[in-house]
Amino acid sequence: MVKKYETPMLDQLEDGVWPSFISGIRRLANEHPEERIQSMCHSLLGQLEHSYETRKGYWKGGTVSVFGYGGGIIPRFSEVGDAFPASREFHTLRVQPPAGNYYTSDMLRQLADSWEKYGSGLITFHGQTGNIMFIGTTTENVQHFFDEINEYGWDLGGAGPCVRTAMSCVGAARCEQSCANEHKIHRLLVNNFMDDMHRPALPYKFKFKVSGCPNDCQNAIERADFAVIGTWRDDMKVDQDEVKKYVETKGRQYIIDNVISRCPTNALALKDDDTLEVDNRNCVRCMHCLNVMCKALSPGDDKGVTVLIGGKRTLKIGDLMGTVIVPFKKLETDEDYEELVELAEETIDFFAENALEHERTGEMIERIGLVNFLEGIGVEVDPHMINNPRECSYVRTDMWDEEAEKWNRRMAEKAAG
Amino acid sequence: MSDAPRPPIESGCPDGFQYMHPVMIKNYGNWAYHEDPQPGVLLHVAKSGDKIWTVRVGTQRILDLFTLRLLCDIADEYADGYVRFTIRSNIEYMVADEAKVQPLIDKLREEGFVVGGTRNSVTMISHTQGWLHCDIPGTDASGVVKSMMDELHDEFVSWNMPNRVHITTSCCQINCGGQGDIAINVQHTKPPRINHDLVANVCERPSVVARCPVAAIRPALVDGKPSLEVDEKKCICCGACFPPCPPMQINDAEHTKLAIWVGGNHSNARSKPTFHKLVAAGIPNNPPRWPEATAIVKKILKTYKEDAKDWERINDWIERIGWPRFFELTGLPFTKFHIDNWRGSRKNLNASTHIRF
Repeated sequence: MVKKYETPMLDQLEDGVWPSFISGIRRLANEHPEERIQSMCHSLLGQLEHSYETRKGYWKGGTVSVFGYGGGIIPRFSEVGDAFPASREFHTLRVQPPAGNYYTSDMLRQLADSWEKYGSGLITFHGQTGNIMFIGTTTENVQHFFDEINEYGWDLGGAGPCVRTAMSCVGAARCEQSCANEHKIHRLLVNNFMDDMHRPALPYKFKFKVSGCPNDCQNAIERADFAVIGTWRDDMKVDQDEVKKYVETKGRQYIIDNVISRCPTNALALKDDDTLEVDNRNCVRCMHCLNVMCKALSPGDDKGVTVLIGGKRTLKIGDLMGTVIVPFKKLETDEDYEELVELAEETIDFFAENALEHERTGEMIERIGLVNFLEGIGVEVDPHMINNPRECSYVRTDMWDEEAEKWNRRMAEKAAG
Repeated sequence: MSDAPRPPIESGCPDGFQYMHPVMIKNYGNWAYHEDPQPGVLLHVAKSGDKIWTVRVGTQRILDLFTLRLLCDIADEYADGYVRFTIRSNIEYMVADEAKVQPLIDKLREEGFVVGGTRNSVTMISHTQGWLHCDIPGTDASGVVKSMMDELHDEFVSWNMPNRVHITTSCCQINCGGQGDIAINVQHTKPPRINHDLVANVCERPSVVARCPVAAIRPALVDGKPSLEVDEKKCICCGACFPPCPPMQINDAEHTKLAIWVGGNHSNARSKPTFHKLVAAGIPNNPPRWPEATAIVKKILKTYKEDAKDWERINDWIERIGWPRFFELTGLPFTKFHIDNWRGSRKNLNASTHIRF
């Protein structure tokens, strides 16, 4: 016998033009042939209505895992399970999507079929960390569902103090601005740390995100401990005929107001013959002009990535952006990619040893200072890492000559090639 | 069959190429430019001359099996069987034949999905779990988002904004929803209520003490029981103690409010990335439709639409017109709570005579 609940508040979310998640859950509850799914979804709606009425949440965490792993599941036990027994256990499995979030309809159906056997029938593409969220199953079925999808290529993501599921943009697969092989970077980095993902033992979470250009569609600088962003260091490419066509179509005023004067470093000039002059040495690769005139302007050929470390949201000391650790790195040869993975290994090792419990990399760097972090991971200081040098004189500089000599030596080596 | 547990295959992140449209595989890393034929549709042209059309579709994000299978049926019947999801949970259909675009759009609309979310539109609100599944939520993200998208539908399907608008929501002050041009986040206004009977058994007290951003929590004996107490004068009501210690209940039917923040921008385009800033708080957490929050969001969007120049994101616009004008134009009250007092806060004060009159 399937128990149903009155849900007058949720019913109001079935109105309106936007697709309704409540209608979806209710359809599973009313129309799905399996009684198990009907009961779970009715019960879920009942508890959610109770939350709407009382303005409180009623899920509690706990410990649920699959054999061999310590993480990847978000356990949920209801605090009001006596009133809503069919969704008393309602755990989520976090499953890693393919890099770039590509699916065929066949694969989505296969995942749906497996989830239909073991779960509530609710799936989200994707949670904020980037996982496919299979929402709502029992402790027992967590294992069965994982066993089934693991056999055809799907693995759990991260939950808890561990390396988390990574994210990367659509990138080279469908974007003219892509300056990197996001797909390869994403998989190479995160798949190197499966032990650190599946067995949470870090001070706190550690996230990788990869964006193919400085538009940073993955919000990597704001949200990732380790952000890899595609860029280039030679001259941007200008197709002057296309520039002229833009001027002809949109008008000089429009190009001046929306392209030339929006350049943050005044590196653009529109010449009298409607061609564009670019001061490439002062271009900061902000992407604005390329975004507006993507047919005329494109990234240069000498592509690579910038690595920024330490981005995170509010808890505990306030929001932090990732900051530059590697201004430019070529990613062409296997050795180049290996060096990127090594940088990530050094960073995670240092984080594991030096961060306090529940402290993210950005907070750790804030506490110990960037220089200590750089020395810890074996990266030399670089003026690209800062907005401006120190403003306060309270610093000991007794090793100045040695440090200046280091810099001079580095510059001499660089000049010698 | 053996009863021995099955060891996991630690395959990690799957290779996406096996699910990628063949035209995208063929032209990987070799795209020339893109055009926007109509709202919700992208046309990417490869250096080889190959073309691929993308139709972007808003959904309810939490998909039931019926909806997921319907989306798959549409992919097979009207598209090429290849889809992807954006970071904001829009589904994208890729097709290599222009003739398929309009029938695909028509079918999606017929089934109640919303085509749009590209270029200078208000795209789907990125959101978190809320009451549906989270263990610490102050509100329900899915309900807030459904309510707002019902009213922002026209802005999703058109190109009327000065630049793209990314809205986010979060159900607690951890703010999993992330930065946004506009962010609707929970803001608690009263310290946690502590169930002293449970603290000793449920909470690892030293880590709860360590979790507090303002050192307002200390161990205490309450009625002879080891517990924790909160210095309510110091407490900033952030709720950071609640996840590690559920007996420190921060959520409250009346005192848990919503706040609205603006100007977060992840992109490096024009200015460096920015965090969003508080503009309105004390907004009732009012299910099932949250009309008060939606009204403020619509007011901000209307003002932005009328006053910003082409390509200005909300942060660029406010940078140009200044914060006093923002409050004047939106009619939102400016209070002492807008003035930052967190660490490093003096950098947010105006140390100049740059004043617009």
